[in-house]
Amino acid sequence: MYNLLIKNGTVLTEEGHLEPLDILINQGKITEIAPDLSSEGYYTVDATDKIVIPGLIDMHCEICEPGYEHRENLVTASQSAARGGFTSITCNPNTLPAIDNKTVVEYIKAKSVTDAVTHLFPYGCLTKGCENKELTEYGEMQLSGAVALSDGDVPIQDNSLVRKIFRYVSMLDMPIIMHCEDTSISNNSGIHEGYTSTRLGLKGFPVVAETMHLVRNILLSKEYHIHLHIAHVSTKESVDLIRIAKAQGVQITAETSPRYFILEETMADHYNTFAKVSPPIRTKEDIEGIIAGLKDGTIDVISSDHKPNTIDSKQLEFQVASFGFSSFETAFKLAYTHLVSTHQLSLKELVQKMSINPAQILGIHKGQIKAGYDADLVIIDPNDTHSINPNDFLSKAKYSLYEGIEVDVNITNTIIDGKNYDYDL
Amino acid sequence: MLFNRKHFLDLKSLSCDEIYYILNSAQKMKCTLASKKYNTTPFLKGKTVATLFYEEHSRSKLSFELAAQNLSAKVIHLTTSKEFTRGESLKDLGRSVDQMGADFIVIRHPMSGGPHYLTKYVQASIINAGDGRNENPSQSLVDLLSVYEQKNHFEGLKVAIIGDIMHNRVARSNIWGLTKLGAKVAIAGPPTLLPSKIGNFVEVHNTITEAIIDADVIMTLKIQSERQEANLLPSINEYMRLFKLDNNRLKYAKDDVIVMHPGPINRGIEISSEVIDGDKSVINMQQMNGVAVRMALFHLLSKGGLNYDV
Repeated sequence: MYNLLIKNGTVLTEEGHLEPLDILINQGKITEIAPDLSSEGYYTVDATDKIVIPGLIDMHCEICEPGYEHRENLVTASQSAARGGFTSITCNPNTLPAIDNKTVVEYIKAKSVTDAVTHLFPYGCLTKGCENKELTEYGEMQLSGAVALSDGDVPIQDNSLVRKIFRYVSMLDMPIIMHCEDTSISNNSGIHEGYTSTRLGLKGFPVVAETMHLVRNILLSKEYHIHLHIAHVSTKESVDLIRIAKAQGVQITAETSPRYFILEETMADHYNTFAKVSPPIRTKEDIEGIIAGLKDGTIDVISSDHKPNTIDSKQLEFQVASFGFSSFETAFKLAYTHLVSTHQLSLKELVQKMSINPAQILGIHKGQIKAGYDADLVIIDPNDTHSINPNDFLSKAKYSLYEGIEVDVNITNTIIDGKNYDYDL
Repeated sequence: MLFNRKHFLDLKSLSCDEIYYILNSAQKMKCTLASKKYNTTPFLKGKTVATLFYEEHSRSKLSFELAAQNLSAKVIHLTTSKEFTRGESLKDLGRSVDQMGADFIVIRHPMSGGPHYLTKYVQASIINAGDGRNENPSQSLVDLLSVYEQKNHFEGLKVAIIGDIMHNRVARSNIWGLTKLGAKVAIAGPPTLLPSKIGNFVEVHNTITEAIIDADVIMTLKIQSERQEANLLPSINEYMRLFKLDNNRLKYAKDDVIVMHPGPINRGIEISSEVIDGDKSVINMQQMNGVAVRMALFHLLSKGGLNYDV
C-alpha cells in the first residue's frame, strides 16, 4: 500500500465542479480532499495544470486470458487499460475455457491479483462455453465474484433459451449484458449493410439484425424485471427503442463505444479490415442518434470495446479477417476529444459514463473521488494535443483504426489503489 | 499518358478517359486479331502470366490465357482449389507465384476485395478476373466494348439491367462503368436479388417493363436455381412470368435497342430463344470481344500506361 499526495491539481468533485484541491491517499484509500495539504512524509505527484478524475471502469473488453494469450494476456491487457485511464476492467467470458463456472471465475480473480495492475471484475457466461445451449451456474458464479452475466459478443439466437435464462436470473440481483445480433440476417459481416457494402460488393450487417434482438431482449427484461444492459449500441433505431423502453420503466441500461459516435461506414473503404467490427460502424445518421442518446442519458456508458487480435488475423481478405481492434488506450482520449472538446458533453457527464455509471450498474464501490473510497484516480492533461500512435500501445495488438488521428487530451498518471503509474511520455 | 496503373482491379476507380483508352486499345487489338495476319504479336515476349482461379471451368480463364498467348507471353496456371482448402493464405500463395517470376497474376477469388488485398504483397501486376460478389471488371469492359461498337457513345444512353444484380459481379461492374460514362442505368429484379442502397446509384424498378421503357440497351442476367433453394426466389416459374425478356416486352424499348447477356444463358428462363437469336441480340459478339479486351489490358499494364499505339 502507498501513501501519496496529489498536489496542485484541479479535481472533478462529486458535485461535478472543477476545484483546485489536493488529495491525500493512505493505504490505498482516499483519506482527505482539501486545498493546500501538507506533503510531508508523502510521495507527491504534481498535477499542476492537470485535472484529476475518478478512475475509469470499462464494461466491455476482452482480456483473452485464459486461452488466447497470443492476442492479449492479463498483464498486457491491464497495463494497456491503465495507460488508457481504466483502473477497473471487466472481462468478457468468451475465453478458453469460457468463464462458465465458479472455478474459472475464481481462477481469473486470483490471477488478476498477481498479474493485473488494474482491478478486474469478470462476467460469467449465460450459457456453457458460450455455446447457446445450456444454462450455467449463475448463483455460484455470482458468489465467486462474477459481477454480471453475458456471452460476450456471442448472441443467443434461441428465443426459448433466452426466455429461460431471464426467468432463472430474475431471482438474482445481477445484470444481463447482451450483444444484440440476429445472426440469421447479419451475415457474420463486419460492415454495415448500406452504401459502402454495396460499393465494395460485401455482404452487410443490416440495422434490423441489431434491433430485432434488442426488441426481444427488452420484452423479456420487462416481463421478468431483469436489469438488461445493452452492449455496444450502434444504431439510431436502437437508441430510439431504448429511450422508449426507459420511458416505460424497463430496467435497461445501454453502452456504446467511441467508434459508434465518431466513425462512418466508409472507414471500410479499400477493404480496410481494421474497420471490421461487430456491430459494424454505421452511418452519419446513426452517429447523430448515438450522440443524442449520450446527451439525453439514453446511453449510460461508454466502453472501450477492446478486442485485440493478432495482426496476421487482420491482414486477410475482409470476409475472413478477425473482428475488432485494440482500444483501451484510445477510448477516453477519443471520447473526450469528440464529446467534451466539442461541448456535446461536459467532463462530468463523460466521467459519469466512463466511471460512475459503470460502477453503479455493476454494483462496485468505485467511481468517486471521496474520502473512504479506493484511491483509483486518473490525471489528465487537457492541453496535450497529439496523434494516436499504435506502436506506443502497451497492448499486444499494436494497431488501431485511429492511427494518426489527433486527440487533444493525454493521460499522464493512472493511480490504482494509491499506486502511481506515470504515463507522461 | 492516359493509363498509368500497375494493377487492374475494378471499374469503380477508373476514370472515363482510362475506360475509353482501354476500349480504343481493345478495338485495335480486335483489328489485329481479325486480320489473321499474325498468330501472335510480340508485346508480352519474355513476360509470364500466372492465372490463379479459385473457380474452375471458367471461360474467362481461357480468354485470359488466349489473350496472353496471343501477345507471346508464357502462361502458367495454378489449380487453386486444393491449396485453398488446405488453408494456405492468399497472401502466401500469391507471394509464391510472385517469386516464381510472374509479371501478371490474373486472379479470380471467392471473396470481395481478394485481388485488392494481394496487391499489398506482390511485385506482379494484379488483374482482377472476378472477386466475390464485387466486380468482374474485364468482363464488364467486354460488355462496354459491345455497347460502344453498336452505339458509338455512352452519354445519355438508357441501359436496363434485369435480374440478379446482387450476385452478378459483371452487372455490378457495368453499373459503375456505365454511370461513370454518362449512361442512365435502370435495374429491375426481385428485391431479394438487388443490393441494399443500390438506389443511391441507379434507378430501381419493380417491373421489367418499367425498366426497359425507351431503353437503348438491355442486359439480362443469369438466374441460378440456387437462389430458389436459398429462399431468395419463390420459384423459377414465377421469375419467368415476372422478369423474362421476350419479344412482347421488347416492344417497350427503343427500336434500335440491343440485347446482351453475359452468359451462360438459361434459354427460356431469363430471356426467350426468339430474343437470343433475334436481330437485336449482340450476345454472340460479346464473346468475340473478350480476348481483344484482355489483350489490351495486358498490353497497357505492361507498358505502364505509355501512350503506345497498338
